Amino acid sequence: MNTTQPLSPPPLLQLEHISLSFKAVKAITNISFAVQPGEICALIGPNGAGKSSLLNVINGVYRPDEGAISYNGETFNIMQTHHAAERGITRTFQNIALFKGMSVLDNVLTGRNLHVRSSWLEQVFNLGRAPQEAVRQRKKAEAIIEFLHIQPWRNNVVGNLPYGLQKRVELGRALAAEPKLLLLDEPMAGMNTEEKQEMSRFILATQREFGTTIVLIEHDIGVVMALSDHVVVLDYGKKIGDGKPEEVRQNPQVIAAYLGTQH
Amino acid sequence: MLYREAGQFITHYRADQRLFRLRQDRIGFYLLLASAFVLVPYCGNDYWFSAILIPFLVLSLAGMGLNFLTGYAGQLSLGSAAFMAVGAFSAYNFNLRVEGLPFLLSILLGGVVAGLTGVIFGLPSLKIKGFYVLVSTLAAQFFVQWVFTNFAWFSNDSSSGVITAPPLDVFGLDLSSPAGRYLLTLTIVTALGLLAANIVRSELGRNWMAVRDMDTAAAVIGIAIPKTKLLAFAISSFYLGIAGSLWAFTYLGTVEPHGFDINRSFQILFIIIIGGMGSILGNFLGAAFIVLFPVLMSHIANGLLVGVMDSGHLENFQKIVFGMLIIGFLIKEPNGLASIWQTFTQQLRVWPLRYWSH
Ligand SMILES: Nc1ncnc2c1ncn2[C@@H]1O[C@H](COP(=O)(O)OP(=O)(O)OP(=O)(O)O)[C@@H](O)[C@H]1O
Ligand SMILES: [Mg+2]
Repeated sequence: MNTTQPLSPPPLLQLEHISLSFKAVKAITNISFAVQPGEICALIGPNGAGKSSLLNVINGVYRPDEGAISYNGETFNIMQTHHAAERGITRTFQNIALFKGMSVLDNVLTGRNLHVRSSWLEQVFNLGRAPQEAVRQRKKAEAIIEFLHIQPWRNNVVGNLPYGLQKRVELGRALAAEPKLLLLDEPMAGMNTEEKQEMSRFILATQREFGTTIVLIEHDIGVVMALSDHVVVLDYGKKIGDGKPEEVRQNPQVIAAYLGTQH
Repeated sequence: MLYREAGQFITHYRADQRLFRLRQDRIGFYLLLASAFVLVPYCGNDYWFSAILIPFLVLSLAGMGLNFLTGYAGQLSLGSAAFMAVGAFSAYNFNLRVEGLPFLLSILLGGVVAGLTGVIFGLPSLKIKGFYVLVSTLAAQFFVQWVFTNFAWFSNDSSSGVITAPPLDVFGLDLSSPAGRYLLTLTIVTALGLLAANIVRSELGRNWMAVRDMDTAAAVIGIAIPKTKLLAFAISSFYLGIAGSLWAFTYLGTVEPHGFDINRSFQILFIIIIGGMGSILGNFLGAAFIVLFPVLMSHIANGLLVGVMDSGHLENFQKIVFGMLIIGFLIKEPNGLASIWQTFTQQLRVWPLRYWSH
């Protein structure tokens, strides 16, 4: 559109004409948008608009019927979950998907599994690279635990923690992977204002300190406006808005479809 | 000495990752090992070795095997006894057919064959989940028993598939006495028990639990689910295979395929239910319970109900009480005796300062 603007770097993630349906339900219809490296991109829209489905397409949990995904110079018709993980895409889930029977520390350590170099035999017999690596991985995990202020619960089983803390641990598990692209599906759902502010600070700090690119689904418009550099609006599986937060806010179609009906 | 962590500051991650973080726990563990290896062989009698301690140790090991698969990796199995049988019959054949193969090496190879068999019957778990995996292990249970009963080659053409223990010679020592068999079993179970504690605290153990708790999330963070599941089947069946050899050679002396029937698989399942899913200690507690419970029951019956109940009734009565206990555990304490023990030590840590919140 704006060919006069200074050249921006190529997008980290670009979706092109993605469509996805479940039998009769068209969850996503011909959606394209791009996410610039280092930005926080918010994905908004009413319930059932297809936001979660889109995240699932990006990291390979769902297979789109049509379209292509370009990520960091590679193009995929269908992303596989392990390809996404290996290329530095991690995420959190709308309904917390932690490993409930494991401690906070173990959940975070598990998030690092692609960074582990020693083999399972070395670990089991505590030989070779394993002993030093255990300490190294632990240090990395502890750094994340400290970053999110969850040290007091380090050894607690996550299933017993309050909801807000679980959301934080899930962010921790995702951050432990040192992602390039972080997908957050309603990280603040069900939180009170104070908890939302705290979580917003963690998300901003993640972007600033680690340079992580973030795609975020969020219903609270206040939070979206405060956090994001870029907003994409979906409605009934179609894209109805895409731009800077203030532009999207002015878009009459968006106001009619989304802001007018639902908060 | 009070059971207290006061003054024990953990300043290194390596110290924090030890098997026992509290000094009292470490000392307790060493004392337990010392008495099991030194005191018990001197004080124990043949009845205790042969009827209580050896089966207790072997069943603990079998419990570990099943616990890896079910308690840690979340894959249901009713095929434990099949993998025990594969271990025992393979070890028997290695020992029989390979001239001069040491006894321990035969057992080890038996475990390896059991592990590979486990992988084969674990393959369906890559496509199906939950109940259907159970069906696959059930197929293993019936298939393996059928093979060993119907192909006499496996038992060197003995009648009804019975196999007999090879000489229990280890590094030139004759360990065929009850105390010798006890020490042999104890050594193997201790070594594999320590290894088990390492396994479940390693990345592999965490990956197992991740697959158990939430497999989509596990895949999304890059865990290779097929490899993780198949390793669970392999290592689980390896442990069960070794347990099978010990059951046949250090406990019973002779065994037929029927000795590894589905009742044995249920027995091992009950051990991990009673002892605690996802706990190494739990296997020992569960096995102790399974071995001691009938002994205790018959003592009680002999004391109280003498003349009232004949042995057939007693056996049925035991089964009823046992069944009720299993149900009780499933409802009241799904994490088993291990969890009761943990709660107890937590309280002991602050005793008698009840109001010190942790
Ligand atoms: N696995 C599935 N099977 C069948 N239909 C699905 C599945 N996942 C999503 N859908 C359907 O796709 C549509 C989009 O759902 P999606 O979860 O992506 O919406 P959403 O924007 O995330 O909504 P919410 O704000 O409620 O989370 C809905 O009609 C939903 O019922
Ligand atoms: Mg959603």
